[in-house]
Amino acid sequence: MPFIEVAGVAKSFPAKRGRRHVLQNVSLSVERGEFVAIVGAMGSGKSTLLSLLAGLTSPDVGTIQIDGRPVNGIRPDAAFVFQNYSLLPWLTALENVRLAVGSAFPELSREQQRERAQRTLEKVGLGNAIGRRPRQLSGGMRQRVAIARALATDPQVMFLDEPLGALDALTRESLQGELARLCGEGDGRVTTVMITNSVEEAILLSDRIVPILPGPPATLGTSIAVPLPRPRSATMLAHDDAAALVRTDVIATLTAALSGTSRTRKAAAALRRHDAETSELTIPVAEEAR
Amino acid sequence: MLKRLVNLLLPLCGVGLALLVWWGASRAVPDLPSPARTWEESKIYILEPMAKRGEMDQGIVRLAYYSLLRVARGFLLGIAIATPLGFLLGVSSTLTRMFDPIMQVLRPISPLAWLPLGLVLFQKSEPAALFAIAVCSMWPTVINTMVGVRAIPQDYWNVAKVLRLSKFTTFTRIIVPATLPYMFTGYRLSLGIAWLVIVASEMLTGTPGVGGFLWQEYNSLVYAHILLAIITIGVVGFALDRLMGMAEAKLRAA
Repeated sequence: MPFIEVAGVAKSFPAKRGRRHVLQNVSLSVERGEFVAIVGAMGSGKSTLLSLLAGLTSPDVGTIQIDGRPVNGIRPDAAFVFQNYSLLPWLTALENVRLAVGSAFPELSREQQRERAQRTLEKVGLGNAIGRRPRQLSGGMRQRVAIARALATDPQVMFLDEPLGALDALTRESLQGELARLCGEGDGRVTTVMITNSVEEAILLSDRIVPILPGPPATLGTSIAVPLPRPRSATMLAHDDAAALVRTDVIATLTAALSGTSRTRKAAAALRRHDAETSELTIPVAEEAR
Repeated sequence: MLKRLVNLLLPLCGVGLALLVWWGASRAVPDLPSPARTWEESKIYILEPMAKRGEMDQGIVRLAYYSLLRVARGFLLGIAIATPLGFLLGVSSTLTRMFDPIMQVLRPISPLAWLPLGLVLFQKSEPAALFAIAVCSMWPTVINTMVGVRAIPQDYWNVAKVLRLSKFTTFTRIIVPATLPYMFTGYRLSLGIAWLVIVASEMLTGTPGVGGFLWQEYNSLVYAHILLAIITIGVVGFALDRLMGMAEAKLRAA
């Protein structure tokens, strides 16, 4: 039985006129220890899907189960990394992480919680910045703190919401490798669901890529396995034939979905232009064409 | 260097001009003492600031001290009620809808209107004055705290949610620190109002303090002392605002 099981889920939100159907007929299984990347354009409903998995919202229809139990609210053994870090600016890096540790392990003493927080911060390479506040840290360092905050609670499952989306290209590159190392380490790997609009990032980090096909309502495409050995690195993937195959496959699926609907033809054209310019694919927002 | 000199001189020129207008007015209105006469008649209060010659006949610093003490008590009482109220209204839209109309009606009521009610309620002038100060000065704190809580970014609420923080931890670690700058703006405005109210309440209750002194000297026809009291009220109010402003700025920087 898969660790995460999503069956026939749909989600809509109240709109000006009627309801806006964001997701429809979404089904997905994630095995224990698997790293799944959900890849799609901005505004395609990725975040909604992640909120549903995380228990921040509940679906209109369909079921979501994690570890055999239906999702009902936020699981104590789940951890999150948000795109915009979401650190508390009035707390130091250490206190930001300790707050999470304290909530996950209330039985530990303050001192033990602090030690645990410090160890995790050292693991993400921030051993000498623990006393600094978020404002005194660079974007990359902030996201490391956010990642440490997630890892420090020993989660069973991690949800990453465009974890590297707010970073500049170079920082992103180096942190990608770091994230790959952190997520891939140890025997009992944490089951992870990441959403991203970067195909490269998905290939670098995940075991399986699930394209999200823009709607609305959006649906999930056939998942594409990433049969590449670990550890992976961006430079290695750039020249790897298997990686190229995966890349082509994902891009083809997403592009087909984009040009398939008339209202998003413009976006598809933008996508092709963008694709020609850069090796890293970032899918533009599908424009509303009324 | 030159710029600094100009920065120093310009306000002095302003003061000089104001004194000139005052002097001109004193020429036109015989009852209004000129700046020089005001100084002559008031200097004992300033040069012996802590002297105590009678109930109202005291050094100006001592009088201001009485007023400040009363303001501090009324202000502390006011914000002790206003801060929790602001938090409650900030987190609960039901409570806001319930109390907003009352608040809007109570807010513009003058201290002169509250004071008699305070006297009816408490029978004595001192608690009545505190009541009037507290009731008049609490609104900016209530409103700013409320707005501060509402302005907490969704990100922070998400943190509280996904870290499964308890209500208490959410309050101490997220709601309070996020609201603190707003709260302090409220405190600053509230203190300003409390200082405005003190004069009115001392006038009506006849208690010793800058306001009481002002009213008594008016009744004894010593008009120079009215001007002394007015200037004192202004200077103290300005100093209070500056102090709170500094505390606020420090808080925002932290």
